[in-house]
Amino acid sequence: MQQFYTKSFNHLILIMGLFIMIVPFWLIFASSTHTSSIINTQGLQFWTGDHFFDNYDRVLNKKGGFFSEITASRIFLNSFIMAVGVASISVVTSLMAAYAIVYFKIKQASLFFWLIFITLLVPLELRILPSYSVVSKLNLINSFIGLIVPISASAIATFFFRQFYRSIPDELLESAKLDGANSWKFFIDFLLPLSKTMIAAMFIFMFVFGYNQYLWPIIMTTTEEYWTVVMGLKMMYGSLVDRFAYIILSMIPPVLIVIFLQRWFIQGIFQNK
Amino acid sequence: MKKVQFNSKISPYIFLAPQIAILLVFLYWPIVQTFRDAFTTQDAFGFGTVFTGFDNFKFVLSDPSYFTSFRFTLIYVFVITLITGSIGLLLAVQANNIIHGKSTYKTLLIWPYAIAPAVVGVTANYFFSERLGLLYGLFNDWWGFNWMHDVSDAYIYVIIAGSWKQISANFIFFLAGLQNIEKSVIEASVIDCKSNFRRFWTITFPLLMPTTFFLIIINITYAFFDTLGIIDTTTIGAPSGETKTLVYKAYIDGFKGLDLGSAGAQSIIMMLIVLVITVFQFRFIEGKIHYH
Repeated sequence: MQQFYTKSFNHLILIMGLFIMIVPFWLIFASSTHTSSIINTQGLQFWTGDHFFDNYDRVLNKKGGFFSEITASRIFLNSFIMAVGVASISVVTSLMAAYAIVYFKIKQASLFFWLIFITLLVPLELRILPSYSVVSKLNLINSFIGLIVPISASAIATFFFRQFYRSIPDELLESAKLDGANSWKFFIDFLLPLSKTMIAAMFIFMFVFGYNQYLWPIIMTTTEEYWTVVMGLKMMYGSLVDRFAYIILSMIPPVLIVIFLQRWFIQGIFQNK
Repeated sequence: MKKVQFNSKISPYIFLAPQIAILLVFLYWPIVQTFRDAFTTQDAFGFGTVFTGFDNFKFVLSDPSYFTSFRFTLIYVFVITLITGSIGLLLAVQANNIIHGKSTYKTLLIWPYAIAPAVVGVTANYFFSERLGLLYGLFNDWWGFNWMHDVSDAYIYVIIAGSWKQISANFIFFLAGLQNIEKSVIEASVIDCKSNFRRFWTITFPLLMPTTFFLIIINITYAFFDTLGIIDTTTIGAPSGETKTLVYKAYIDGFKGLDLGSAGAQSIIMMLIVLVITVFQFRFIEGKIHYH
Protein backbone atom coordinates (compact mmCIF):
# COMPACT_ATOMS: atom_id res chain seq x y z
CA MET A 1 0.00 0.00 0.00
CA GLN A 2 2.79 2.37 0.93
CA GLN A 3 4.41 1.45 -2.37
CA PHE A 4 1.26 2.57 -4.15
CA TYR A 5 1.28 5.96 -2.41
CA THR A 6 4.95 6.49 -3.23
CA LYS A 7 4.42 5.70 -6.90
CA SER A 8 1.37 7.93 -7.12
CA PHE A 9 3.36 10.73 -5.53
CA ASN A 10 6.15 10.21 -8.12
CA HIS A 11 3.66 10.43 -10.97
CA LEU A 12 1.93 13.46 -9.44
CA ILE A 13 5.20 15.46 -9.26
CA LEU A 14 6.16 14.40 -12.80
CA ILE A 15 2.77 15.40 -14.15
CA MET A 16 3.12 18.81 -12.52
CA GLY A 17 6.52 19.08 -14.23
CA LEU A 18 5.00 18.15 -17.58
CA PHE A 19 2.28 20.71 -17.01
CA ILE A 20 4.82 23.53 -16.59
CA MET A 21 6.76 22.38 -19.64
CA ILE A 22 3.90 21.71 -22.03
CA VAL A 23 1.08 24.14 -21.23
CA PRO A 24 2.78 27.39 -22.40
CA PHE A 25 3.52 26.04 -25.86
CA TRP A 26 0.22 24.20 -26.03
CA LEU A 27 -1.59 27.52 -25.55
CA ILE A 28 0.53 29.11 -28.26
CA PHE A 29 -0.20 26.19 -30.59
CA ALA A 30 -3.93 26.13 -29.84
CA SER A 31 -4.12 29.90 -30.36
CA SER A 32 -2.28 29.62 -33.66
CA THR A 33 -5.17 27.66 -35.13
CA HIS A 34 -7.77 30.39 -34.59
CA THR A 35 -8.51 33.56 -36.51
CA SER A 36 -6.94 36.86 -35.51
CA SER A 37 -10.24 38.32 -34.40
CA ILE A 38 -10.78 35.58 -31.82
CA ILE A 39 -7.32 36.11 -30.34
CA ASN A 40 -7.72 39.87 -30.34
CA THR A 41 -11.05 39.75 -28.55
CA GLN A 42 -10.73 36.65 -26.35
CA GLY A 43 -6.99 36.30 -25.75
CA LEU A 44 -5.00 33.04 -25.76
CA GLN A 45 -7.07 29.93 -26.49
CA PHE A 46 -7.00 26.66 -24.55
CA TRP A 47 -8.44 24.56 -27.36
CA THR A 48 -7.62 24.35 -31.08
CA GLY A 49 -9.67 26.07 -33.75
CA ASP A 50 -10.24 25.15 -37.40
CA HIS A 51 -7.78 27.48 -39.13
CA PHE A 52 -4.69 25.30 -38.80
CA PHE A 53 -4.06 24.83 -42.52
CA ASP A 54 -4.95 28.38 -43.56
CA ASN A 55 -2.73 29.93 -40.94
CA TYR A 56 0.31 27.69 -41.37
CA ASP A 57 0.12 27.83 -45.15
CA ARG A 58 -0.04 31.61 -45.04
CA VAL A 59 2.88 31.90 -42.67
CA LEU A 60 5.10 29.55 -44.65
CA ASN A 61 4.29 30.66 -48.18
CA LYS A 62 2.94 34.17 -48.29
CA LYS A 63 5.34 36.64 -49.79
CA GLY A 64 5.53 40.06 -48.23
CA GLY A 65 2.92 39.62 -45.54
CA PHE A 66 5.30 38.48 -42.95
CA PHE A 67 8.72 39.67 -43.93
CA SER A 68 8.90 42.22 -46.68
CA GLU A 69 10.40 40.26 -49.57
CA ILE A 70 10.85 36.61 -48.72
CA THR A 71 8.70 33.78 -47.43
CA ALA A 72 9.16 32.03 -44.13
CA SER A 73 9.99 28.79 -45.99
CA ARG A 74 13.09 30.50 -47.36
CA ILE A 75 14.03 31.49 -43.82
CA PHE A 76 13.69 27.87 -42.73
CA LEU A 77 15.91 26.74 -45.57
CA ASN A 78 18.55 29.30 -44.51
CA SER A 79 18.47 28.08 -40.93
CA PHE A 80 18.77 24.50 -42.05
CA ILE A 81 21.79 25.30 -44.22
CA MET A 82 23.35 27.20 -41.35
CA ALA A 83 22.74 24.47 -38.75
CA VAL A 84 24.02 21.65 -40.98
CA GLY A 85 27.01 23.78 -41.98
CA VAL A 86 27.95 24.60 -38.40
CA ALA A 87 27.50 21.00 -37.27
CA SER A 88 29.49 19.50 -40.17
CA ILE A 89 32.39 21.93 -40.05
CA SER A 90 32.82 21.85 -36.30
CA VAL A 91 32.49 18.06 -36.02
CA VAL A 92 34.96 17.35 -38.86
CA THR A 93 37.58 19.89 -37.78
CA SER A 94 37.25 18.89 -34.11
CA LEU A 95 37.56 15.16 -34.84
CA MET A 96 40.77 15.81 -36.77
CA ALA A 97 42.28 18.23 -34.28
CA ALA A 98 41.56 15.98 -31.31
CA TYR A 99 43.11 13.06 -33.20
CA ALA A 100 46.31 15.02 -33.81
CA ILE A 101 46.53 16.05 -30.16
CA VAL A 102 45.96 12.60 -28.68
CA TYR A 103 47.58 10.23 -31.17
CA PHE A 104 50.69 12.04 -32.42
CA LYS A 105 54.04 12.86 -30.90
CA ILE A 106 54.22 16.56 -31.68
CA LYS A 107 56.98 18.79 -30.41
CA GLN A 108 54.73 21.70 -29.59
CA ALA A 109 51.86 19.49 -28.42
CA SER A 110 51.04 21.63 -25.40
CA LEU A 111 51.20 24.82 -27.46
CA PHE A 112 48.52 23.48 -29.82
CA PHE A 113 46.55 22.13 -26.91
CA TRP A 114 46.37 25.56 -25.30
CA LEU A 115 45.89 27.38 -28.59
CA ILE A 116 42.73 25.34 -29.06
CA PHE A 117 41.36 25.02 -25.56
CA ILE A 118 41.95 28.54 -24.34
CA THR A 119 39.26 29.52 -26.84
CA LEU A 120 36.70 27.94 -24.51
CA LEU A 121 37.18 31.07 -22.41
CA VAL A 122 35.81 33.29 -25.13
CA PRO A 123 32.26 32.40 -26.15
CA LEU A 124 30.86 34.16 -29.20
CA GLU A 125 28.90 36.58 -27.02
CA LEU A 126 32.18 38.07 -25.76
CA ARG A 127 33.64 38.76 -29.18
CA ILE A 128 30.59 39.48 -31.21
CA LEU A 129 31.43 43.07 -32.19
CA PRO A 130 35.05 42.44 -33.22
CA SER A 131 33.90 39.25 -35.00
CA TYR A 132 31.54 41.42 -36.97
CA SER A 133 34.33 43.80 -37.94
CA VAL A 134 36.57 40.89 -39.03
CA VAL A 135 33.80 39.36 -41.11
CA SER A 136 33.07 42.68 -42.75
CA LYS A 137 36.78 43.21 -43.52
CA LEU A 138 36.71 39.83 -45.27
CA ASN A 139 33.64 40.89 -47.24
CA LEU A 140 31.56 38.07 -45.80
CA ILE A 141 28.58 40.09 -44.58
CA ASN A 142 25.42 38.57 -46.07
CA SER A 143 26.91 35.20 -46.97
CA PHE A 144 26.55 31.66 -45.71
CA ILE A 145 30.29 31.46 -45.03
CA GLY A 146 29.96 34.49 -42.78
CA LEU A 147 26.97 32.95 -41.01
CA ILE A 148 28.52 29.52 -40.56
CA VAL A 149 32.29 29.60 -40.14
CA PRO A 150 32.66 32.05 -37.22
CA ILE A 151 30.06 30.02 -35.29
CA SER A 152 32.04 26.83 -36.04
CA ALA A 153 35.15 28.32 -34.41
CA SER A 154 34.48 26.36 -31.25
CA ALA A 155 36.63 24.00 -29.25
CA ILE A 156 33.81 22.37 -27.30
CA ALA A 157 33.55 19.39 -29.63
CA THR A 158 37.36 19.07 -29.73
CA PHE A 159 37.34 18.84 -25.97
CA PHE A 160 34.75 16.06 -25.98
CA PHE A 161 36.51 14.09 -28.75
CA ARG A 162 39.82 14.41 -26.91
CA GLN A 163 38.25 13.01 -23.72
CA PHE A 164 36.74 10.21 -25.74
CA TYR A 165 39.97 9.23 -27.55
CA ARG A 166 41.81 9.20 -24.27
CA SER A 167 39.35 6.67 -22.90
CA ILE A 168 40.11 4.24 -25.77
CA PRO A 169 42.60 1.54 -24.64
CA ASP A 170 46.14 1.79 -26.04
CA GLU A 171 45.86 -1.79 -27.28
CA LEU A 172 43.72 -0.61 -30.20
CA LEU A 173 46.57 1.40 -31.67
CA GLU A 174 49.10 -1.35 -30.89
CA SER A 175 47.10 -3.95 -32.76
CA ALA A 176 46.42 -1.58 -35.63
CA LYS A 177 50.13 -0.93 -35.91
CA LEU A 178 50.79 -4.68 -36.00
CA ASP A 179 48.37 -4.83 -38.91
CA GLY A 180 50.51 -2.22 -40.60
CA ALA A 181 48.00 0.63 -40.42
CA ASN A 182 49.39 4.13 -40.91
CA SER A 183 47.92 7.18 -39.19
CA TRP A 184 45.31 7.85 -41.90
CA LYS A 185 44.18 4.24 -42.09
CA PHE A 186 43.94 4.05 -38.30
CA PHE A 187 41.86 7.22 -38.19
CA ILE A 188 39.42 6.17 -40.91
CA ASP A 189 39.17 2.41 -40.38
CA PHE A 190 39.55 2.10 -36.62
CA LEU A 191 38.79 5.35 -34.85
CA LEU A 192 35.86 6.74 -36.87
CA PRO A 193 33.68 3.63 -36.56
CA LEU A 194 34.32 3.60 -32.79
CA SER A 195 33.40 7.29 -32.50
CA LYS A 196 29.99 6.97 -34.17
CA THR A 197 27.92 7.65 -31.05
CA MET A 198 30.16 10.52 -30.06
CA ILE A 199 29.99 12.00 -33.57
CA ALA A 200 26.19 11.75 -33.54
CA ALA A 201 26.00 13.43 -30.14
CA MET A 202 28.29 16.28 -31.17
CA PHE A 203 26.45 16.70 -34.46
CA ILE A 204 23.10 17.06 -32.66
CA PHE A 205 24.63 19.42 -30.13
CA MET A 206 26.20 21.64 -32.79
CA PHE A 207 23.13 21.48 -35.06
CA VAL A 208 20.93 22.83 -32.26
CA PHE A 209 23.65 25.35 -31.39
CA GLY A 210 23.81 26.60 -34.99
CA TYR A 211 20.06 26.61 -35.54
CA ASN A 212 19.44 28.51 -32.30
CA GLN A 213 21.88 31.36 -33.04
CA TYR A 214 20.12 34.63 -32.50
CA LEU A 215 22.46 37.58 -32.15
CA TRP A 216 25.03 36.59 -34.77
CA PRO A 217 22.60 36.48 -37.73
CA ILE A 218 21.00 39.74 -36.53
CA ILE A 219 24.36 41.48 -36.68
CA MET A 220 25.69 39.65 -39.70
CA THR A 221 22.88 40.08 -42.21
CA THR A 222 21.41 43.18 -43.74
CA THR A 223 19.31 41.59 -46.47
CA GLU A 224 16.39 39.27 -45.86
CA GLU A 225 17.91 36.74 -48.24
CA TYR A 226 20.13 35.44 -45.42
CA TRP A 227 17.80 35.77 -42.45
CA THR A 228 17.38 32.78 -40.17
CA VAL A 229 14.42 31.47 -38.22
CA VAL A 230 15.35 32.50 -34.70
CA MET A 231 16.42 36.03 -35.58
CA GLY A 232 13.22 36.25 -37.65
CA LEU A 233 11.26 36.32 -34.40
CA LYS A 234 12.64 39.78 -33.79
CA MET A 235 12.15 40.96 -37.37
CA MET A 236 8.77 39.55 -38.35
CA TYR A 237 5.56 41.43 -38.52
CA GLY A 238 2.05 40.16 -39.05
CA SER A 239 -0.87 39.37 -36.81
CA LEU A 240 -0.62 37.61 -33.45
CA VAL A 241 -1.92 34.40 -35.01
CA ASP A 242 0.85 34.53 -37.65
CA ARG A 243 3.42 35.05 -34.94
CA PHE A 244 2.11 32.12 -32.91
CA ALA A 245 2.26 29.83 -35.93
CA TYR A 246 5.78 31.02 -36.69
CA ILE A 247 6.90 30.31 -33.10
CA ILE A 248 5.54 26.77 -33.31
CA LEU A 249 7.19 26.18 -36.70
CA SER A 250 10.50 27.58 -35.46
CA MET A 251 10.67 24.98 -32.68
CA ILE A 252 9.95 21.94 -34.79
CA PRO A 253 13.33 21.11 -36.41
CA PRO A 254 15.57 21.16 -33.30
CA VAL A 255 12.89 19.61 -31.08
CA LEU A 256 12.36 16.69 -33.48
CA ILE A 257 16.07 16.10 -33.77
CA VAL A 258 16.57 16.04 -30.03
CA ILE A 259 13.54 13.82 -29.38
CA PHE A 260 14.39 11.24 -32.02
CA LEU A 261 18.11 11.18 -31.40
CA GLN A 262 18.00 11.56 -27.61
CA ARG A 263 19.46 8.10 -27.05
CA TRP A 264 22.66 8.90 -28.98
CA PHE A 265 22.79 12.36 -27.56
CA ILE A 266 22.69 11.27 -23.93
CA GLN A 267 24.94 8.25 -24.52
CA GLY A 268 27.53 10.35 -26.33
CA ILE A 269 27.74 12.97 -23.62
CA PHE A 270 27.95 10.33 -20.92
CA GLN A 271 30.56 8.23 -22.64
CA ASN A 272 33.01 10.78 -21.32
CA LYS A 273 32.10 10.49 -17.75
CA MET B 1 48.46 10.94 -22.87
CA LYS B 2 48.79 7.77 -24.91
CA LYS B 3 51.87 5.63 -24.43
CA VAL B 4 51.84 4.58 -28.08
CA GLN B 5 51.64 7.35 -30.63
CA PHE B 6 52.38 8.01 -34.28
CA ASN B 7 55.65 9.68 -35.18
CA SER B 8 54.73 11.24 -38.54
CA LYS B 9 56.30 14.60 -39.31
CA ILE B 10 53.59 16.16 -41.44
CA SER B 11 50.31 14.30 -40.86
CA PRO B 12 49.47 15.78 -37.43
CA TYR B 13 49.71 19.29 -38.81
CA ILE B 14 47.37 18.40 -41.63
CA PHE B 15 44.87 17.15 -39.04
CA LEU B 16 45.26 20.30 -36.97
CA ALA B 17 45.27 22.80 -39.83
CA PRO B 18 41.52 23.26 -40.50
CA GLN B 19 40.56 23.96 -36.91
CA ILE B 20 43.59 26.11 -36.18
CA ALA B 21 42.98 28.14 -39.34
CA ILE B 22 39.34 28.80 -38.41
CA LEU B 23 40.28 29.68 -34.84
CA LEU B 24 43.04 32.06 -35.94
CA VAL B 25 40.85 34.01 -38.33
CA PHE B 26 37.51 33.99 -36.54
CA LEU B 27 38.57 33.80 -32.92
CA TYR B 28 42.08 35.07 -32.31
CA TRP B 29 41.80 37.97 -34.72
CA PRO B 30 38.58 39.24 -33.04
CA ILE B 31 40.16 38.75 -29.61
CA VAL B 32 43.17 40.85 -30.60
CA GLN B 33 40.70 43.42 -31.88
CA THR B 34 38.88 43.34 -28.51
CA PHE B 35 42.11 44.16 -26.68
CA ARG B 36 42.86 46.93 -29.16
CA ASP B 37 39.37 48.41 -28.63
CA ALA B 38 39.67 48.12 -24.86
CA PHE B 39 42.95 50.03 -24.62
CA THR B 40 42.20 52.73 -27.18
CA THR B 41 39.65 55.47 -27.64
CA GLN B 42 38.26 56.86 -30.86
CA ASP B 43 38.96 60.55 -31.19
CA ALA B 44 36.01 62.89 -31.20
CA PHE B 45 35.79 63.09 -34.98
CA GLY B 46 36.16 59.40 -35.60
CA PHE B 47 39.34 59.85 -37.64
CA GLY B 48 41.50 57.53 -35.64
CA THR B 49 42.19 55.90 -32.34
CA VAL B 50 44.56 56.82 -29.55
CA PHE B 51 46.07 54.55 -26.93
CA THR B 52 44.48 55.38 -23.60
CA GLY B 53 45.69 52.59 -21.32
CA PHE B 54 43.20 51.57 -18.67
CA ASP B 55 40.89 54.56 -19.20
CA ASN B 56 38.08 52.44 -20.64
CA PHE B 57 38.29 50.06 -17.70
CA LYS B 58 38.20 52.97 -15.22
CA PHE B 59 35.22 54.38 -17.06
CA VAL B 60 33.35 51.05 -16.99
CA LEU B 61 34.12 50.30 -13.36
CA SER B 62 33.15 53.76 -12.16
CA ASP B 63 29.83 53.65 -14.00
CA PRO B 64 26.96 53.00 -11.56
CA SER B 65 24.93 51.28 -14.29
CA TYR B 66 27.72 48.71 -14.63
CA PHE B 67 27.26 47.81 -10.99
CA THR B 68 23.51 47.61 -11.40
CA SER B 69 24.18 45.10 -14.17
CA PHE B 70 26.78 43.27 -12.12
CA ARG B 71 24.46 42.88 -9.16
CA PHE B 72 21.58 41.75 -11.36
CA THR B 73 23.79 39.21 -13.16
CA LEU B 74 24.98 37.70 -9.87
CA ILE B 75 21.42 37.35 -8.60
CA TYR B 76 20.19 36.06 -11.95
CA VAL B 77 22.91 33.42 -12.30
CA PHE B 78 22.50 32.29 -8.71
CA VAL B 79 18.71 32.04 -8.78
CA ILE B 80 18.54 30.31 -12.17
CA THR B 81 21.19 27.78 -11.13
CA LEU B 82 19.33 27.07 -7.90
CA ILE B 83 15.80 26.89 -9.35
CA THR B 84 16.62 24.81 -12.42
CA GLY B 85 18.91 22.51 -10.44
CA SER B 86 16.36 21.80 -7.71
CA ILE B 87 13.38 21.31 -10.02
CA GLY B 88 15.50 19.19 -12.40
CA LEU B 89 16.69 17.02 -9.51
CA LEU B 90 13.21 16.72 -8.02
CA LEU B 91 11.78 15.51 -11.35
CA ALA B 92 14.72 13.20 -12.06
CA VAL B 93 14.36 11.47 -8.68
CA GLN B 94 10.66 10.83 -9.33
CA ALA B 95 11.34 9.54 -12.85
CA ASN B 96 14.09 7.26 -11.58
CA ASN B 97 11.69 5.71 -9.03
CA ILE B 98 8.99 4.66 -11.45
CA ILE B 99 9.16 1.74 -13.82
CA HIS B 100 6.29 2.25 -16.24
CA GLY B 101 6.25 5.35 -18.40
CA LYS B 102 9.79 6.44 -17.63
CA SER B 103 10.72 6.96 -21.27
CA THR B 104 7.48 8.83 -21.98
CA TYR B 105 8.23 11.29 -19.22
CA LYS B 106 11.78 11.56 -20.47
CA THR B 107 10.68 12.41 -24.02
CA LEU B 108 8.09 14.89 -22.79
CA LEU B 109 10.61 16.64 -20.58
CA ILE B 110 13.65 16.64 -22.88
CA TRP B 111 12.34 18.75 -25.78
CA PRO B 112 12.58 22.22 -24.18
CA TYR B 113 16.35 21.69 -24.21
CA ALA B 114 16.26 22.17 -27.98
CA ILE B 115 14.36 25.46 -28.02
CA ALA B 116 16.31 28.66 -28.61
CA PRO B 117 16.37 31.12 -25.70
CA ALA B 118 14.99 33.80 -28.04
CA VAL B 119 11.98 31.59 -28.85
CA VAL B 120 11.37 31.10 -25.13
CA GLY B 121 11.65 34.86 -24.60
CA VAL B 122 9.22 35.76 -27.37
CA THR B 123 6.76 33.19 -26.00
CA ALA B 124 7.16 34.40 -22.41
CA ASN B 125 6.30 37.81 -23.78
CA TYR B 126 2.78 36.68 -24.60
CA PHE B 127 2.28 35.47 -21.04
CA PHE B 128 3.65 38.63 -19.46
CA SER B 129 2.23 41.29 -21.77
CA GLU B 130 -0.30 43.64 -20.30
CA ARG B 131 -2.87 42.95 -22.99
CA LEU B 132 -2.82 39.17 -23.47
CA GLY B 133 -0.76 37.86 -20.63
CA LEU B 134 -2.31 35.21 -18.44
CA LEU B 135 0.51 35.38 -15.90
CA TYR B 136 0.52 39.16 -16.01
CA GLY B 137 -3.18 39.15 -15.18
CA LEU B 138 -2.79 36.55 -12.44
CA PHE B 139 0.15 38.25 -10.72
CA ASN B 140 -1.35 41.69 -11.22
CA ASP B 141 -4.53 40.70 -9.40
CA TRP B 142 -2.43 39.05 -6.73
CA TRP B 143 0.02 41.81 -5.78
CA GLY B 144 -0.18 44.48 -8.48
CA PHE B 145 2.54 42.92 -10.66
CA ASN B 146 3.95 45.41 -13.18
CA TRP B 147 7.38 44.54 -14.56
CA MET B 148 7.70 47.74 -16.57
CA HIS B 149 7.91 49.79 -13.39
CA ASP B 150 8.82 47.48 -10.55
CA VAL B 151 12.34 46.04 -10.39
CA SER B 152 11.52 42.89 -8.44
CA ASP B 153 8.59 42.14 -10.75
CA ALA B 154 10.94 42.49 -13.72
CA TYR B 155 13.35 40.09 -11.97
CA ILE B 156 10.50 37.58 -11.56
CA TYR B 157 9.67 37.88 -15.25
CA VAL B 158 13.20 37.26 -16.56
CA ILE B 159 13.89 34.57 -13.96
CA ILE B 160 10.79 32.59 -14.98
CA ALA B 161 11.59 33.05 -18.68
CA GLY B 162 15.26 32.15 -18.10
CA SER B 163 14.66 29.09 -15.90
CA TRP B 164 11.94 27.39 -17.89
CA LYS B 165 14.02 25.77 -20.62
CA GLN B 166 17.02 24.96 -18.44
CA ILE B 167 14.96 22.67 -16.16
CA SER B 168 15.04 20.22 -19.02
CA ALA B 169 18.85 19.98 -19.20
CA ASN B 170 19.06 19.54 -15.42
CA PHE B 171 16.45 16.80 -15.54
CA ILE B 172 18.25 14.87 -18.31
CA PHE B 173 21.66 14.95 -16.62
CA PHE B 174 20.41 14.23 -13.11
CA LEU B 175 18.38 11.28 -14.40
CA ALA B 176 21.41 9.90 -16.26
CA GLY B 177 23.49 10.44 -13.11
CA LEU B 178 20.95 8.59 -10.98
CA GLN B 179 20.87 5.69 -13.41
CA ASN B 180 24.65 5.44 -13.24
CA ILE B 181 24.61 4.76 -9.50
CA GLU B 182 25.11 1.08 -8.73
CA LYS B 183 21.81 -0.55 -7.76
CA SER B 184 23.58 -2.66 -5.12
CA VAL B 185 24.74 0.42 -3.22
CA ILE B 186 21.18 1.69 -2.93
CA GLU B 187 19.80 -1.75 -2.06
CA ALA B 188 22.38 -2.20 0.67
CA SER B 189 21.51 1.17 2.14
CA VAL B 190 17.82 0.25 2.39
CA ILE B 191 18.72 -2.22 5.16
CA ASP B 192 20.49 0.43 7.26
CA CYS B 193 18.18 3.31 6.65
CA LYS B 194 14.45 2.96 6.30
CA SER B 195 13.57 6.58 5.58
CA ASN B 196 13.55 7.37 1.87
CA PHE B 197 14.20 11.01 2.56
CA ARG B 198 17.24 10.50 4.76
CA ARG B 199 18.61 7.81 2.47
CA PHE B 200 18.47 10.21 -0.44
CA TRP B 201 20.43 12.95 1.31
CA THR B 202 23.01 10.69 2.98
CA ILE B 203 23.64 8.10 0.25
CA THR B 204 22.26 9.09 -3.16
CA PHE B 205 22.95 12.81 -3.19
CA PRO B 206 26.66 12.53 -2.30
CA LEU B 207 27.03 9.94 -5.08
CA LEU B 208 25.48 12.46 -7.48
CA MET B 209 28.10 15.09 -6.67
CA PRO B 210 29.97 14.85 -10.02
CA THR B 211 26.71 15.42 -11.93
CA THR B 212 25.77 18.28 -9.61
CA PHE B 213 29.10 20.04 -10.13
CA PHE B 214 28.87 19.55 -13.88
CA LEU B 215 25.36 21.01 -13.93
CA ILE B 216 26.30 23.98 -11.77
CA ILE B 217 28.93 24.91 -14.36
CA ILE B 218 26.47 24.34 -17.23
CA ASN B 219 23.80 26.43 -15.52
CA ILE B 220 26.18 29.27 -14.70
CA THR B 221 27.37 29.40 -18.31
CA TYR B 222 23.79 29.30 -19.55
CA ALA B 223 22.54 32.04 -17.24
CA PHE B 224 25.57 34.20 -18.00
CA PHE B 225 25.70 33.95 -21.80
CA ASP B 226 22.73 32.16 -23.37
CA THR B 227 20.10 34.31 -21.68
CA LEU B 228 21.04 37.24 -23.93
CA GLY B 229 18.33 36.10 -26.36
CA ILE B 230 15.83 36.02 -23.50
CA ILE B 231 16.58 39.50 -22.17
CA ASP B 232 16.52 40.93 -25.71
CA THR B 233 13.05 39.49 -26.34
CA THR B 234 11.47 40.14 -22.93
CA THR B 235 12.32 43.19 -20.80
CA ILE B 236 15.14 44.60 -23.02
CA GLY B 237 16.62 45.69 -19.69
CA ALA B 238 13.49 47.41 -18.35
CA PRO B 239 12.85 49.08 -16.00
CA SER B 240 15.69 51.53 -16.72
CA GLY B 241 18.48 49.00 -17.28
CA GLU B 242 17.82 47.02 -14.08
CA THR B 243 17.56 43.68 -15.91
CA LYS B 244 20.56 43.95 -18.23
CA THR B 245 22.97 41.07 -17.78
CA LEU B 246 26.66 41.92 -18.20
CA VAL B 247 26.73 40.23 -21.60
CA TYR B 248 23.65 42.10 -22.75
CA LYS B 249 25.00 45.41 -21.51
CA ALA B 250 28.28 44.94 -23.40
CA TYR B 251 26.32 44.20 -26.57
CA ILE B 252 24.03 47.22 -26.18
CA ASP B 253 26.87 49.62 -25.31
CA GLY B 254 28.96 48.39 -28.21
CA PHE B 255 26.47 47.78 -30.95
CA LYS B 256 23.71 50.24 -30.18
CA GLY B 257 25.78 52.83 -28.31
CA LEU B 258 28.78 52.39 -30.63
CA ASP B 259 31.14 52.69 -27.67
CA LEU B 260 33.69 50.08 -28.77
CA GLY B 261 36.16 51.01 -26.05
CA SER B 262 33.70 50.41 -23.26
CA ALA B 263 32.36 47.22 -24.89
CA GLY B 264 35.93 45.91 -25.31
CA ALA B 265 36.78 46.62 -21.68
CA GLN B 266 33.55 44.93 -20.55
CA SER B 267 34.37 41.87 -22.69
CA ILE B 268 37.81 41.57 -21.12
CA ILE B 269 36.38 41.83 -17.60
CA MET B 270 33.96 39.02 -18.50
CA MET B 271 36.80 36.93 -19.97
CA LEU B 272 38.46 37.15 -16.55
CA ILE B 273 35.24 35.95 -14.90
CA VAL B 274 34.99 33.05 -17.35
CA LEU B 275 38.67 32.25 -16.73
CA VAL B 276 37.95 31.75 -13.04
CA ILE B 277 34.95 29.51 -13.80
CA THR B 278 36.89 27.51 -16.38
CA VAL B 279 39.91 26.90 -14.15
CA PHE B 280 37.50 25.51 -11.62
CA GLN B 281 35.83 23.37 -14.30
CA PHE B 282 39.12 21.98 -15.66
CA ARG B 283 40.41 21.08 -12.23
CA PHE B 284 37.17 19.28 -11.64
CA ILE B 285 36.94 17.37 -14.92
CA GLU B 286 40.64 16.52 -15.07
CA GLY B 287 40.69 15.57 -11.39
CA LYS B 288 37.65 13.31 -11.76
CA ILE B 289 36.80 13.63 -8.11
CA HIS B 290 34.32 10.97 -7.02
CA TYR B 291 33.99 9.56 -10.54
CA HIS B 292 33.06 5.95 -10.69
